[in-house]
Amino acid sequence: MAETMQLEIFRYRSEKESVPSFQTYEVPFHEDWVVLDAINHIKDEIDGTLSYRWSCQMGVCGSCGMMVNGVPKLSCAAFLKDYHPNKIRIEPLTGFPVERDLIFEMDDFMTKLKEMQPYIIRKEGEEKPLEEGEHIQSPAELAHFKQYSMCINCMLCYAACPVYALDSTFIGPAAIALGQRYNMDSRDQGRDARQEVIASHDGIWECTFVGECSAVCPKDVDPAAAIQRAKVSSTVDWFKDVLIPWGKKK
Amino acid sequence: MSTYLRPVSNTWWLKRKPYILFMIRELTSVFVAGYCIFLLVLVYKLTQGAEAYGNLIAALKLPSSIMLHFITLAFVLYHTITWFNLTPKILVIYRGEERIPQGLVAGTFYAGWVMVSVFLAWLILGM
Repeated sequence: MAETMQLEIFRYRSEKESVPSFQTYEVPFHEDWVVLDAINHIKDEIDGTLSYRWSCQMGVCGSCGMMVNGVPKLSCAAFLKDYHPNKIRIEPLTGFPVERDLIFEMDDFMTKLKEMQPYIIRKEGEEKPLEEGEHIQSPAELAHFKQYSMCINCMLCYAACPVYALDSTFIGPAAIALGQRYNMDSRDQGRDARQEVIASHDGIWECTFVGECSAVCPKDVDPAAAIQRAKVSSTVDWFKDVLIPWGKKK
Repeated sequence: MSTYLRPVSNTWWLKRKPYILFMIRELTSVFVAGYCIFLLVLVYKLTQGAEAYGNLIAALKLPSSIMLHFITLAFVLYHTITWFNLTPKILVIYRGEERIPQGLVAGTFYAGWVMVSVFLAWLILGM
């Protein structure tokens, strides 16, 4: 008889229950299956009512983030064999309101991401005309921020962050890392605009440097480092503004 | 559609090892701050004269005091090591396109720590 394993999955259907519950499913065990394969099997063969997000199945789209035995993971990159023969507990990413089963509301993150203005900003009148060509950037200048540009907005870092779970007003790891990505881009001139969000009460100073955001990041973005580096540069700003008024930044 | 926000229990930090280690690191700050206050008291007692200072030194030789010092030493070591290990995240240094290895950044702090400790040992023990 083929080997099987159990998946204990978080269920929440607001139309029929006010509190969530867990439902256990028996799925075939295959060496090359990831958790997402098992969930797809449940959806196709056992229980079509199970709801979850997924898309690319190759760690690029960032849609299939879930808590796998309490740890935020992309379910397309979490292999069953790493848990077999034990039961796997699957829950929606923590810290977010659950809409249905494994689907959570991501509006808060999207709002914060928008506030961060994650795109190149040029000062008024300093945008080059198209005919003058692109803004040249050296490989060394690219190296400074490339790591932070690898973010796929999967939100695993938010689920790993106890600060966000306890206080959702915190801007959070990914949004700040993306802000840093543009702040460190040699072509960008929008740091002052982003600083209002990054250095705000709900920004970097909320972070207590737990570091788990970086540990769970599937793309090695290292948002914890981005936040600590933003703390250093914001502190330098403060010294320049308050203690050395003549040493104005910019 | 109504959403469900899962409550966060007060024991959230007991659920995963990295969170427990983080909380221990936070707790060690109390011992670091406490020992800084103790050192200030030590200096204050010096200003109060030989008798006041001598009484404090005598109290420090009690077994309970020695035990407290060992406990504090363990926490301060944990504090120092965990923070030194985190320094490469803050001090990101590039030489051209190459990032200076993280081990080298943390290693510099450890080397400084050893040098200061050896200097202090030489100063105090008259080596």
